[in-house]
Amino acid sequence: MDFKDTKEEAKFRSKCREWLEKNASYKDESTPQNDDFANKDKMVAAKAWQKKKYDAGWAMLHWPEEYGGIGASSMERIIWANEESKFDVPKGIFEIGLGMCGPVMMEYATEEQKERYLPPMAEGKEIWCQLFSEPSAGSDVAGLRSKAVRDGDNWIINGQKVWTSGAHFSDFGILVVRHDPNEAKHKGMTFFFVDMKSPGIEVKPIKQITGGSSFNEVYFTDVEIPDSQRLGEIGDGWKVAITTLMNERLAVGDADGADVEDAFRWAKTQDNQGEPLLNNGAARESIADWYCQKSGLKNTKLRTMSALSRGDTPGPEASITKIVSAGKLQDIGNFGIDSLDMAGMLRTDNHDIKGFQNAWLGAPGLRIAGGTDEILRNIIAERVLGLPQDPRADKGIAFKDIPTGN
Amino acid sequence: MNLDFSDDQKFLQEEARKFLEKEGALIRNRNVLENESYIDTELWKKIVELGWTGIRIPEEYDGLGLGHLELCVIAEELGRFLAPVPYSSSVYLFTESIINYGSEQIKKEFLPKLVSGDIVGTLAVTEELHAPSASNIQVTYESGKLNGKKIAVPDAKVTTHALVVAKSTNGISLQIVDLSSEGVLIEHQETIDESRGHFSITFNNAEAQLIGDDVSGWEIYESIINQAAVLFSYEQIGGSQASLDMAVNYAKERYAFGRPIGSYQAIKHKLADMYIALTLAKSNCYYAAWALSTDSSDLPSASATARVSATKAYQLCSKENIQTHGGNGFTWEYDCHMFYRRSKLLSLNIGSLNNWKEKLVTSLEQSNIN
Repeated sequence: MDFKDTKEEAKFRSKCREWLEKNASYKDESTPQNDDFANKDKMVAAKAWQKKKYDAGWAMLHWPEEYGGIGASSMERIIWANEESKFDVPKGIFEIGLGMCGPVMMEYATEEQKERYLPPMAEGKEIWCQLFSEPSAGSDVAGLRSKAVRDGDNWIINGQKVWTSGAHFSDFGILVVRHDPNEAKHKGMTFFFVDMKSPGIEVKPIKQITGGSSFNEVYFTDVEIPDSQRLGEIGDGWKVAITTLMNERLAVGDADGADVEDAFRWAKTQDNQGEPLLNNGAARESIADWYCQKSGLKNTKLRTMSALSRGDTPGPEASITKIVSAGKLQDIGNFGIDSLDMAGMLRTDNHDIKGFQNAWLGAPGLRIAGGTDEILRNIIAERVLGLPQDPRADKGIAFKDIPTGN
Repeated sequence: MNLDFSDDQKFLQEEARKFLEKEGALIRNRNVLENESYIDTELWKKIVELGWTGIRIPEEYDGLGLGHLELCVIAEELGRFLAPVPYSSSVYLFTESIINYGSEQIKKEFLPKLVSGDIVGTLAVTEELHAPSASNIQVTYESGKLNGKKIAVPDAKVTTHALVVAKSTNGISLQIVDLSSEGVLIEHQETIDESRGHFSITFNNAEAQLIGDDVSGWEIYESIINQAAVLFSYEQIGGSQASLDMAVNYAKERYAFGRPIGSYQAIKHKLADMYIALTLAKSNCYYAAWALSTDSSDLPSASATARVSATKAYQLCSKENIQTHGGNGFTWEYDCHMFYRRSKLLSLNIGSLNNWKEKLVTSLEQSNIN
């Protein structure tokens, strides 16, 4: 056992670091991160950083060279991400496009389309979003009802999508809709990509419990999409969507925000009945538990990396990441707020208190996005432990005959 | 990056698993539990023959001269099969103490015989119905003689020697006692897990031999259990995995309301939580194994982290395994209770969950995690 890079990995890491040091500055951990991209300046900065990376070949490392990558291995991607995370650079805007839309385009678009769309996506010139969830199709995404009707060389789309991250600043989106409600649920869907500026698309931001708006409702009224923008065969929509969802699970990992180090540092100085909070038995026990979770996740990641470094397929252990880290985030936020007693309700400029309150307000979203705690437990139970699926009321019948409760 | 065992170590683990399975270690555990025989002598002899008692002992003392990582993979398998042998007492605690703190003379005297099984050791620390600490040790060591009483000593009747934490004029010290010598009385104590015998030992002017120095005995004891915690944690994840596997298999086979109970989300989510706890514990064990094998300065926090998460994982997995089995799980006939008992026993040997959480936070304060 060791934590050393192989010779090649070390060489690659120093190459990453050298470029990053020349083009960015190291993070100052004490400044709060602010990923509010409604802010114009932030967006400009994010696009500029992506372009800089693209020009130097760092934007989409694992993509083939013709689309702006360098054909890097999984291990090299991890090394890059690990190094980049030490620097104060914008993030949180291109992830959906590059992490989920990119792989689908790579697999299903025509050569011509790939040449047209992938490089600007990698460069950050065009931003992409994912139009899957609907008001009646959340965890059960395949329950979606937005309609596609064939009209010569075009399809006419009507319906509503929801929880669409970044739709308000996206140029393109990937879209799965129902072309035939008489088919069984998973058979009647078809997959497209769509220009978000198309007539008939209306984007309405959703105000979240944090007060921010990173999600949207997206309404489609007689929106025309050329058949050439179909990805996969007619009726293969679910198959194509699964490719994306698999990538989503890889993309949605650790919950960012207040962690055990913050709770520990806070507890050392926060007064509790005349003593540091850290002397309190309940506080100590919580910190011990969070520390075990935090290092458990970190060491799980190192095990996954060890497998990748050897060229092996990692085990399923990384499937626990989001469920553990989002729950921990919520508990730590709660702990920090409680430590202030009555004053915990007050919004202040104190960086630590803001961190705890943001964690507490933001964590409920993280426990839902990209697979709820419950769906993730089902996935662990079925795919990792091999338990049988629930009997389902939506199998073997036409979609239109499935009970909907309304 | 290589946070994993080597191919040789994985092979050793595979061989250990096959051996313990073939030997029916789990059935042997039930026999020991039911007959209160404290040990499966035949299994222990075979383990000695395989050389497992000498894994970490240098070749110059007849051992295999391997490292802590080899010990970790063996520990995981012993835990998986609940092997009813004094391995943890003799190897993780006694032998490791001799290797780390024994003088050359003590090493020569003890190590070859620990390899051959002629000497089997244990550690005696607890005295009253509360946790031992540097300030409440009452067994005394004066003028070469031990006096007082230890309780809840694992395996004492099937071991030949004990390492005894005692109070002497200058402070706490560790003493090696030959348990067959005069002035030593060993009595069985009934416990919640009779598959591993526990005993009281009364010392009445018993001869003893000092190991380490006679001032810093408590620090030495702490360091011994910090190291041993990693190995106990490996036994705990072995047992957790076995409990989870049992529960998963049962949930697939047992039908209720016309379908396997494993198709109900109430069961699925319970089993997923067991998997999550076990995965966190296992990953922390890997890191602690690395810290142990490299004598890293991270060892105190790494071993406490492994210990806390492995204790929690085993307690969760063993109790929810019973719950998944329903009424069957509560019967003596099913094996579930053997894992439940062992999970509790292992969580108490070398100290309880609360005390290890406290150790963890103390080590974080000392290393200043921010």
